[in-house]
Amino acid sequence: MSKLPGSPLFLERRSYRFRRMMDAVRLLPLLVLGFWMVPLLWPVPDPSAGDAVPMSHALRYVFGVWLAGIACCFLLWRRTARQIAQETQG
Amino acid sequence: MVSLNQLVAVCLLYVVGLFAVAFAAERAAARGRGDWLLRSPLVYTLSLSIYCTAWTFYGAVGYAARSGLEFVTIYLGPSLVMIGWWWILRRLVRIGRSHRVTSVADLISSRYGKSNLLAILVTIMAVIGVTPYIALQLQSVTLSLSIFASAEPQAPSGGGQINSAQAAFWVAVGLALFTVLFGTRNLNANERHHGVVIAIAVEAVVKLLALLAVGAFVVWGVAGGVEQTLAQIDRSAIGQWQVEGGRWTALTLLAAAAFICLPRMFQVLVVENGDERHLQTASWAFPLYLMLMSLFVVPIAVVGLDLLPEGSNPDLFVLSLPLSQGQNSLAMFAFLGGFSSATSMVIVATLALSTMVSNHIVMPIWLTYGQNTVQQSGDVRHVVILSRRLSILLIISLGYCYYRLSGGGGALAAIGTISFGGVAQFLPVLLGGIFWRGATRTGAICGLTVGFALWVYTMLLPSFGPGAALSASTFQNGLFGLQWLRPEALFGINGLDPTVHAVLWSLSINALVFIAVSLFSFPAPVERLQGAQFVNIFDHSTAARGWSASVAASEDLMIMAQRILGAAEAQGFFRAQAQLQEKHDGLPEPTPRFVQALERELAASVGAATAHAMVAQLVGGASVSVQDLLAVADESAQMLEYSSQLEIKSRALTDTAAKLRSANDKLTQLSHQKDSFLSQISHELRTPMTSIRAFSEILRDAEGLGPEEKTRYASIIHSETIRLTRLLDDLLDLSVLENGEVSLNRQRGVLRDVLDQAVTTARAANTRVIKIDRESAGEDIVLDTDLDRLVQVFINLITNAQKYCVADDPQLSIRAHQRGRRIIVDLIDNGAGIDAASQTLIFEKFSRLPGQGGEGAGLGLAICREIIKRLEGDISYLTDVSGTGFRVELPIAQTDI
Repeated sequence: MSKLPGSPLFLERRSYRFRRMMDAVRLLPLLVLGFWMVPLLWPVPDPSAGDAVPMSHALRYVFGVWLAGIACCFLLWRRTARQIAQETQG
Repeated sequence: MVSLNQLVAVCLLYVVGLFAVAFAAERAAARGRGDWLLRSPLVYTLSLSIYCTAWTFYGAVGYAARSGLEFVTIYLGPSLVMIGWWWILRRLVRIGRSHRVTSVADLISSRYGKSNLLAILVTIMAVIGVTPYIALQLQSVTLSLSIFASAEPQAPSGGGQINSAQAAFWVAVGLALFTVLFGTRNLNANERHHGVVIAIAVEAVVKLLALLAVGAFVVWGVAGGVEQTLAQIDRSAIGQWQVEGGRWTALTLLAAAAFICLPRMFQVLVVENGDERHLQTASWAFPLYLMLMSLFVVPIAVVGLDLLPEGSNPDLFVLSLPLSQGQNSLAMFAFLGGFSSATSMVIVATLALSTMVSNHIVMPIWLTYGQNTVQQSGDVRHVVILSRRLSILLIISLGYCYYRLSGGGGALAAIGTISFGGVAQFLPVLLGGIFWRGATRTGAICGLTVGFALWVYTMLLPSFGPGAALSASTFQNGLFGLQWLRPEALFGINGLDPTVHAVLWSLSINALVFIAVSLFSFPAPVERLQGAQFVNIFDHSTAARGWSASVAASEDLMIMAQRILGAAEAQGFFRAQAQLQEKHDGLPEPTPRFVQALERELAASVGAATAHAMVAQLVGGASVSVQDLLAVADESAQMLEYSSQLEIKSRALTDTAAKLRSANDKLTQLSHQKDSFLSQISHELRTPMTSIRAFSEILRDAEGLGPEEKTRYASIIHSETIRLTRLLDDLLDLSVLENGEVSLNRQRGVLRDVLDQAVTTARAANTRVIKIDRESAGEDIVLDTDLDRLVQVFINLITNAQKYCVADDPQLSIRAHQRGRRIIVDLIDNGAGIDAASQTLIFEKFSRLPGQGGEGAGLGLAICREIIKRLEGDISYLTDVSGTGFRVELPIAQTDI
C-alpha cells in the first residue's frame, strides 16, 4: 500500500467502510487459523484416562469452523468484490 | 457385477466425452464465443480442484481409517491459503499476469534475475518432487481396477488379480497419450488451455458428485442417518481425537505450502487465471469444494472398517463399500470419480512440468548447442512442442518407475506427503522473492539445494524402505556411521514423527540458509530490477525498460518472433505494436518498450529466461544494466543539479536587476531632487541676493535717506547675508562631514543635559510652540561623544517636528533607554508621518518633502545622518509608529562600566 503524500487523513463513510472490510479480509485467515489450531489444546487420548474428545465433537468443530470461515469469506466477497474490481482497474 | 471389460469401455466412453467437451470449448474460444463460461469464476474454481487427486478420492478415506481426523489437515492448509488470498495469491496472480509467467520455475528464475541455473534447479526439483505423486495416481487407478477384477465372478478365486505392473503400464500409456493430445496443441503456455480447463472442470464435478454419492449412500443407505453415523463413528476404532499436535500443525503448513508451490496448482491458480477477480470468488468457493470433498470421508472410513473384512485396503473403501453392498452402478460412478481425479491431476501436472522442462532445460540447450541461431528462418515451434511431448513421456515414465520401485504397496497418503514435502521446498524462495527485495539468486540456489537435499535424505529415500535406497545400517547408525546424520533423527533429535521431522528440518534449514546467504551476497543488476518489480508489483505493474535496442533490426526480431509465435500471430503482434507507435505501415521501430513487449510475448511461449537469452542474441546483449541505469540517473541528477544552479543564478540575476532598477529609480529621483534643489537653492540664494542688491542700490543711489532708514536697510542686508551664510555653512558642513574631514571634540556628559540644551535652543529659535514630553528617568545616561554635534542633531530633529508637525496640538515625545551597549533615543511626534515612498529619501541631501513649505534647504537630516555616522551611531526613521518618529542610536561610554 503506497501512501501518497496527498492522500487524505480521513475518509468519507463509504471508503471508510470499504477499508474496514478489507481489514477483515486480511484478518479472516488468521482467525480461521487460530480456531483450527485449537485442537492442539485438546487432550491426547491416554489409555488410563478416558477424557478424550469424541470424534463426533471433533468433526463438528473442525467442519463448523470451516463452514463459518467460508460463510464469512462469502459475505466479505459480497461486500467488497465490486470495489476491489474498481480499484484494480483504476 | 461389473466386468472389467465393461469398466474399460465406460472409461473410454468417458474419455471420449471429455475430448468432445474440450474440443467444443476450444472451438468456442477460437470463435470468441462462450466467454461467459470459459472465463467464469466457476470454471476457475473448479479447475483449482485438481488439488483433489486420487489421493483425496481414495487416499483420504484410507488416511482417515488409519489416523482419524488427521487427513483433514491436507485440506485445511489450502483452505487457509484461499481464505487468505489477499496476502499471497493476489500478489502471485498479479505478478504472473504482468510478467507473463509460465510456471513456478519461470517465476522464481524471473524474480532472481532471469537466471537459467535457478530455473533448471527448480524444474529438476519439481520433476523429482512430483514423481511420487504421479506414481500415486497410477497406483490408485491400478488398485481400483484390481478391485473390480478381483470381484469378477468368472475369474477363478484367487486368480482375479490382474497383473498390476502391466495394468499400471497401460494406465501410464493412456494418461501420456491423453496429455499429449490435450495439452500440447497450442504452444503459448501463457495462453489459457480452454479445452483442458473445461475438461478439468467437468472432471471436478464428476469426482465431487461421485464422492458425495458414495457418502450419501453410506450415511443414509447403510448407517441409517446422521445421528446414527455419528454414534457409529464414536464407537469405532477412530472414535477419539488422537491427532498429535506436531503433525496437525506440520501437515497443515505443508499442505498450505504445497498448494502454492505445486507446479500444477501454480498452473491453474496463476497461469490459467483469466481475471484477478475470480480469485476472490474462489476464496470462498474453493474452500467450500474442499469441505464437501472431505465431508463424508470419516463416515465412509468408519462404515468401511465396520462392514468390510479385516485386512481390506482402506484406500479403496470408496469402491469396495458400494460393491460389497451390491451397488454396482454407484461403484462404477465412484470409479469414474477416482479416474477423473487421477487423470486431471496427471494431465495438468505433466503439462506444467513439461512446459518447465522444455522451456528451462531443452530450449536453452538447443539454443546453446544447436548450430542454430535465432536469426535463422524456420519454425522453432516444432522443437518446443516436440520437447514438451517428450517431457510428458519422461515425467510419466518417471512416475511409473517410482511406482515399480516403491512396490506399489504404500499408503496413498504417505506417498502424497512425500511429494508435498519436496515441492514445499520452493516456499521460502517464492515468498522471499515476492516480499523481500533483499533475496538474492545465490541465496535462493543455496536454500533450495540444501532444503531439497534434506528432503531427499529424510523423506524420499527412506520412503523406499530400509535396505532399498538407504541401507539399514544408515537408518540405524546414520550416514558414514555418524549418529547425528540418521535420516529420521537428524542432529540426534529422536522421537519426532518422521514427517514432522523431515518437514521441520528441511523447511527451516532451507529458509535459514536462503536468508543468511541472501544477507551476505550481492544481487546482480537484473536481479535488483526484477526484485524491485516483483516486491512492489502493486505500485507499478509495468516493467522498467530493459533493452536499448537500437542495434536490433526489426526484421531480425520479426524472423525470430515468427519462428516462435507462428507467422500469423507474430505479424499480428508486430502490426499492433506498429500501430501503438502510430506507424501505419511497415515494422515497428525497435524501441526499448517494443523489445520489452516482445520479450514478454516470447516469454509466454518459452519462458522468461529463454526469451531473455534469445532477445539478447539479437540485441547483442545490450540489456541495460543497473550500472547503466545508475549512470543515467547520475547524469540526470547532474542535469537536475545544474538546472537548479541555473535557477539559483537566474534568481540572483533577477534580484540584482531588481536592486539595480531600484537604485536607478533612486538615482533618477535624486537627480530630479538635485534639479529641483538647484532651482530651489538658486531661488533661495536669489531671494536674499535680490533684496541685498536692491537695498544696497537704494543705499548707494537714493539721496535723502534718514539714518533710521539707512539702519533698517543695512540690517535687512545684514540678516539676508546671515541667511546666506547659514545656507553656505550648512553646505560646507555637510561637505566636510561627508568627506570625513571633521574632527570630533569628545566630551563626557549626561544625555539629559544634551536634550535640555537642544530643547531650549530649538524653542528659542522657533516661534511655533510644540509640547515636549520627556521622561527624565531614562535620560540619566552618561555619554562619551562630541556633545555639541549631538546637540545639533537633536536641535534639528526637534526643529523639524516644530516646523512640520501638522497636528492641532503638536506634541513631541522623547524617550531614551539603554539596550545592551547602545543608547536609544526615540523622538516621536503626533503628526501625519511620512509616506513610504519618501521614507527612503529623507536622509538624502537636498530632499524636501513635497507639499510642505518651509524655508529649509533639505540638508538638515542629511547632516544629522552624517554626524551620527561619525559618532558611530545610527539614525533611522521609525515606520511602526503613528506619527513621524526618528530613532537615534549611540554607543554608550566605554569607560562607564
